Amino acid sequence: MLKSRLLKDRIARHYMLTATVMAIFFLFLIGGGLFVNSLPIMQEKGLWTLLTTSNWRPFKGEFGFASYILSTLYVTGIAIVIALPLSLLTSIYIIEYASPKILRAFSSVVDLLAGIPPVIYGVWGTLTIVPFISESLAPHFVEFSTGYSVLAAGVVLAIMIIPLIISILMEVFSAVPKEMREASMSLGATKWQTVKKVVIRKSIPGIIAATVLAISRAFGETLAVLMVCGNFTDLPKSIFDACYPLPALIANNYGEMMSVPQYESALMFAAFLLFFIIVLFNVISRLVLIQIDKRYQL
Amino acid sequence: MSIKKLEEKIFKGLMIGSSMLIFGVLLYILYIIIKKGLPSLSWEMISQIPSGGFYLGKEGGILNAIMGSLYLIFFSVVISLLISVPVVMYLNFTLRKKSRFSAFARLTFDVLFGIPSIVYGAFGFTVMIFFGLQASLFGGIIAVSLLIIPVMIRSIDEVAVLIPVELIEATKSLGATNYETIKVIVRQLLPGISTAVLLSVGRGIGDGATVLFTAGYTDSIPTSLAQPTATLPLAIFFQLSSPIEEVQNRAYSAALILTVIILILSFSARYFSRRFSKNKI
Amino acid sequence: MELITVPLTIEQPKSKVMNGSHSHNPHIVVENLNIYIQGNHILKDINMTIPDKSITCIIGPSGCGKTTLLRSLNRLHDDNVDVKITGKLFVDNEDIYAKGTEVTHIRKKMGLLAQRPCSLPMSIFDNVVYGPRIHGTRGRRKLYEIARHQLVAVGLWDEVKDRLKSPASTLSIGQQQRLCLARGLAVEPEIILGDEATSALDPISSKTIEELFVAIKDRYTVVLVTHTLRQAKRIADYVAFMYMGELVEFGTADQLFNHPKNQLTKEYISGGFS
Repeated sequence: MLKSRLLKDRIARHYMLTATVMAIFFLFLIGGGLFVNSLPIMQEKGLWTLLTTSNWRPFKGEFGFASYILSTLYVTGIAIVIALPLSLLTSIYIIEYASPKILRAFSSVVDLLAGIPPVIYGVWGTLTIVPFISESLAPHFVEFSTGYSVLAAGVVLAIMIIPLIISILMEVFSAVPKEMREASMSLGATKWQTVKKVVIRKSIPGIIAATVLAISRAFGETLAVLMVCGNFTDLPKSIFDACYPLPALIANNYGEMMSVPQYESALMFAAFLLFFIIVLFNVISRLVLIQIDKRYQL
Repeated sequence: MSIKKLEEKIFKGLMIGSSMLIFGVLLYILYIIIKKGLPSLSWEMISQIPSGGFYLGKEGGILNAIMGSLYLIFFSVVISLLISVPVVMYLNFTLRKKSRFSAFARLTFDVLFGIPSIVYGAFGFTVMIFFGLQASLFGGIIAVSLLIIPVMIRSIDEVAVLIPVELIEATKSLGATNYETIKVIVRQLLPGISTAVLLSVGRGIGDGATVLFTAGYTDSIPTSLAQPTATLPLAIFFQLSSPIEEVQNRAYSAALILTVIILILSFSARYFSRRFSKNKI
Repeated sequence: MELITVPLTIEQPKSKVMNGSHSHNPHIVVENLNIYIQGNHILKDINMTIPDKSITCIIGPSGCGKTTLLRSLNRLHDDNVDVKITGKLFVDNEDIYAKGTEVTHIRKKMGLLAQRPCSLPMSIFDNVVYGPRIHGTRGRRKLYEIARHQLVAVGLWDEVKDRLKSPASTLSIGQQQRLCLARGLAVEPEIILGDEATSALDPISSKTIEELFVAIKDRYTVVLVTHTLRQAKRIADYVAFMYMGELVEFGTADQLFNHPKNQLTKEYISGGFS
């Protein structure tokens, strides 16, 4: 009896360990797989050329990713600039000031928003944001804009990542111990002073983590951006111009991959770029968080 | 003092404004989807596959996409569970609490969680090329499973850490093996695992980038893993790109269908997680 | 302000004879205070006068409402939902529950020491000067002086003077509680409130905090909730005994412990129930 129990235990242990190692290995497998597939184009063109030139003429064998990289950065940047302040303000209000009823209603709203698939945001974006920019907003600033633009993509992305940031921040702020707030208030601080100097301070690691996640999500989002960005290669001169972020590039062109040599490798390179940047970003922010923890012991 | 009061007032105004803005945007999104999608919604849409002229505006429905997505997510969830549950059990209840291996593992999973879906799609594609597979249900399953494994791990991990240490010590002092202890814990965690499943389904079923390269697209319902399959997000996307208005309208109703599915999943997940916290030890 | 040195040796419990030359004025007057939390009547018609410049201990079994009463003194219930408060509470002849009373200046008059020391997420120095900074004090020299004075007053200076900038969470629990006291004293309150302030500490740290209370009582009014009778016997000048939300008896320590008037009080202090 004991023997078979021990045997089952051994098998279970091995199974769990295997599963864990496999799961960890996926990260390296993905990175490695994409890297290997990018090698051909990297070897042929050289990393520097790939990253800094903007000529994208696959049928002529020219692959310059610069404008796609920049588009991605612009769009992500706008999304974060819009999303972060709004999310912070809203989360603080909901957790610190609002009544429990509002809190409950709001967390349902946030959960719902977080679950809506990107493609739906894309649909909504084409229906509302794009016409709005084209007809109402852009005319004040530029001569002409189709609405499919950096701004549209940025706004749609922002709306997509706001629920994500808020749901994390809501947890983070709730985790600040009640006693800490009371200690501050007992010293005569107002609610706002307490929020500023105690709650936010204590939550800094959480805020950083939420931001990192949001940036990762925005950086790599494909469908929603695809539908509103305009898919135009030239470098956008203003936020009202069309753009072409990396994920959109990959998605739009995968059908053409087989027709031109190196095209496939180029797109895999694009995917690898995405992978690499996001992994790097995540690892760096983790290191930063560890440092903060060591120094400030929040 | 009055500058401070002013500051507080300004920020309070900003906070309330921003909350209302966000609340308003959600309602607006739902409103638009319903408004555009409801007119073209019909029983036909969810019960028929596209006919020959579907893309020209004639009869048919998106049953191919609905079934395709369902099959896809079902298999992906099964595979994902087979990996995620053991991983979480291992990290939380077999390894020592502060082992460096588990810290490293968790870091890896956090990173995997942040990787965009198109990367999983592209990787799935390379795997398929490597093995000489065609775009198919199977390809889609690979990509989607990879996508949702980190989601599931994170979600289950969140509830696993809540299990009190005393429960584990109690079973261990009765002479239970690690495996037997874990069986008990898993039973305890079933509501949490269901929530994780619901969340993963929500994430996986709505994602188009993973299946774009890997699952292909077709008008029929797949009958084997090797056949390509349609999926809801792609159905919406392709129909939206059509110049024919009738087809575009159908895209909106497909979007509505997908949104409704997601809403049902969300509510169920919330319901389950609330039940779980009520029944905690 | 002169320096106060705190004896670190363990002393014998003092006798509680009030010297008649020290008369005490009422500092806090509670009038018909009733508190309902989520519909439950937690505090029933409390009438109490807390004298100044002395230590008043509120004793009673768990759940009798003593913590609720203490927290109502600095309006900490303001942020709890489902709390209804009726009655009046006068601090320096000002009803703090009157409509329109500004709460931060009331709280500034009181320092609170919670059960588990709660240091703010900042350095030791920033913790101590948090209060003064909030209320507008500026100037590094000035803040440094305040910090030094208070840290000396609680006997923490020598232990932390070389690491004022390190996070407060690196201190031991006993040190953190002393830090919280220094922080509370830095706003120059009139009243110190202690909510079972020593129950989470080891005996030696407990002793130190108790001695600090005794050392400062001639300049501050100290109100402590304590659930060990022995602590009350050691340091209280006045004692309030509460049971099931009601104030059963109030008197000098000598009166209450040696000649209790109420039967319930008699039973409690003889260990009949706890």
